[in-house]
Amino acid sequence: MALDTLETPGCPSGLAPAASVDDAPVARLDTFVRRDARGNDVIELMVEGASCASCIKKIEAGLLALPGVADARLNLSTKRLRVAWAPQTLAPETVAQTLTKLGYSALPFDPERAQQSVDAEGRFLLRCLAVAGFGAMNIMMFTTPIWFGDDMGDNARTLLHWFSALVAVPTGLYAAQPFFRSAWKALRNWRANMDVPISLAVFLTFGMSIAETMRGGPHTYFDGITMLLFFLLIGRYLDHRLRERARTAAREILALQAVTARRVDAEGKIEAIASRDIAIGDRLLLAAGERAACDGVIVEGSTDLDCSMLTGETLPVAARPGDRILAGAINVSRPLTMRAEAKAEDSAVAELARLIEVSEQGRGRFVRLADKAASLFVPVVHGAAALTFLGWLIGPLLLQALGFEVGAPDVRVALTNAIAVLIITCPCALGLAVPAVQVVATGRLFKAGVLVRSGDALERFAQVDMVVFDKTGTLTLGKPKLTSTPNEADLVAAASLARVSRHPLSRALVEAAGAGVACAGAIEVPGEGVKGLIDGKEARLGKRSFAAPLAADSSDGAPELWFAREGQAPVRFMFADELRPDAVRAVAALKARGIGVEMLSGDRAQAAEVAARAVGIEDWRSSVTPAQKTARMQALRGLGKRPLMVGDGLNDAAALAAAHASASPGHAVEASQAAADVVLQGDALMGLVEAIDVARLARRRARQNLAFSALYNVFAAPLAAAGLLTPLIAAAAMSGSSLVVTLNALRMKGKA
Amino acid sequence: MNLLIFLAPAALLMGAIGLAAFLWSLRAGQYDDLEGAAHRVLIDDDDE
Repeated sequence: MALDTLETPGCPSGLAPAASVDDAPVARLDTFVRRDARGNDVIELMVEGASCASCIKKIEAGLLALPGVADARLNLSTKRLRVAWAPQTLAPETVAQTLTKLGYSALPFDPERAQQSVDAEGRFLLRCLAVAGFGAMNIMMFTTPIWFGDDMGDNARTLLHWFSALVAVPTGLYAAQPFFRSAWKALRNWRANMDVPISLAVFLTFGMSIAETMRGGPHTYFDGITMLLFFLLIGRYLDHRLRERARTAAREILALQAVTARRVDAEGKIEAIASRDIAIGDRLLLAAGERAACDGVIVEGSTDLDCSMLTGETLPVAARPGDRILAGAINVSRPLTMRAEAKAEDSAVAELARLIEVSEQGRGRFVRLADKAASLFVPVVHGAAALTFLGWLIGPLLLQALGFEVGAPDVRVALTNAIAVLIITCPCALGLAVPAVQVVATGRLFKAGVLVRSGDALERFAQVDMVVFDKTGTLTLGKPKLTSTPNEADLVAAASLARVSRHPLSRALVEAAGAGVACAGAIEVPGEGVKGLIDGKEARLGKRSFAAPLAADSSDGAPELWFAREGQAPVRFMFADELRPDAVRAVAALKARGIGVEMLSGDRAQAAEVAARAVGIEDWRSSVTPAQKTARMQALRGLGKRPLMVGDGLNDAAALAAAHASASPGHAVEASQAAADVVLQGDALMGLVEAIDVARLARRRARQNLAFSALYNVFAAPLAAAGLLTPLIAAAAMSGSSLVVTLNALRMKGKA
Repeated sequence: MNLLIFLAPAALLMGAIGLAAFLWSLRAGQYDDLEGAAHRVLIDDDDE
């Protein structure tokens, strides 16, 4: 087979960047393999960088060319790849390596979690929707002649009613199951939700219409109620899709978190285990560049640890045997062996997760707009129906007492009209009003690179009146950049030493120097710097105390590296954490909207002040601990503010959950993304401003829709109460109002 | 009137076939990857 596209790594169209081979996971994948029904071994992988037809072909053809592979299928919507092969013919790592060779990065899915991800509820809703659609359309066929066939006899009409009943009752009862279930759940807890009046209307309508059919009467509502169910299910399905997308995102984060750790057993053999299988006392190997999966103590190896995700500090700290290492810390310079002191789920990260949970309870009091409307709406409608019933019973008696010539009260008429009120006011437009708007709004934000995780997140975003930023990794890129301008020869020489180190400052230096070769034989002294021989002379790069102890201390607190060569004056390189390209613009845009801006940083005062000045934030605090960040959120909420927290580190996660609304950049740690309402993709912060704008627009649209639904009921309910409602009017009014609400939502799709 | 006895079930049957076809496609996973299907059309299966 010709793989003409093999030469270029990654997506052949160039739409997506190819994964760099450095970042490919080296972990063993045995724990992620499961056996399928046909006896094949199966693994599911998350593939990054696939975006077009050529990607599908390249990946699937490339994998099928491997010996033993029976099936390879890439789902482009979910970016999930399923590979099946005959047992024993292939190591799962070969699959990952092949993908890496083709230029895509792949991460394994935990099989249990991959299994759960089949969206059973969504399929059930879709099935109900299909059945309701079938019912509604076929009944229309029977009722149209009833409405328009003037010369139809009573017998023919009753026959058509029986046909309608035959279709409507089974389809209606099947399709209304989601509403029955939800209403039953609410009633059992002594609460009422929107589904209670819907369920009631379904039962009463069927009961009344069947009674009317048996009596041979003219009015049945089989058509209206099935159409109503059809529309309501559309709303329900849209709402579900929205939540499901958010849930899937969260699940993917969790699934990806299940990376492996490497355990060293008593005989020194290394085996890969899932991080959830780590036991206390295990000796774990942590290569340079890897993240610790649990808390522990370093047993062997001196290195630097990047704790930026935990504390917000930009620069790594030196660590040697005996020092504690916390889950989430990244090993920067040299391999180390650690002893696990807590299981992965009990580690520092887990403590933060607990903080998040506690903070989130405060947010649980938030009432969704639709529920707020329902709580007003339900008692009014039920009251109106009861009044109609009583009115038709007592009204005639009153009129008779006043001397008018009216017939005796008729229980059947009273009941019919009361039910008509319930049917016509059935919250069809109300049920669609909010989800339709939210689906359009999140779809629009999704295209702009903003992932909204739930419908109520959008509602909370609309209320935000203050934005609190974290510094490292949020306002800044979290990655230092060379700011001084050394001469070219020094830079190239220093970079050749820096190439052997993973320290962020070394990396920044290498980046500034461009392509080049590493200095052969140079070694890294953890916590100090790098030393080696350049042109036969000793050279050192690192801390002032390590490289140039005699140089004058001109430190102003900014990150620095000193470079000294035998017989030459030492050179000082200065660095600064680079701001995100649009940070200044985003802060200005927020201020222009009357939103207050504040910065909370875990970093030192000097570094915090420089960044705050640069982006134009006047209110800033430095050396803030995670607990203080959370406390600040609570304090702001206590003052009646609605703060939006933006952060990326583990140290921000609890504050994200405690804030009224929250956002985190796409590269943020899993815990933060899980706690955030909105995830921003790419390096841009402007998505935040876009999200607030769209959220506010969506709130306006949703309110318009609710107002329209209320208005509709104000007209329709009295008509029904007066006994003037015919099935034709009911059907037209209900579908008309749903249509208006949906169109109003769609209106915001293109508007800038 | 007599015609109705035949036509109504016939119409219902056609509707039911449509419904069954949809439910089958749902179960067969035809809606699992809506984006990929659009791209797969462009792939040549027969590499000489």
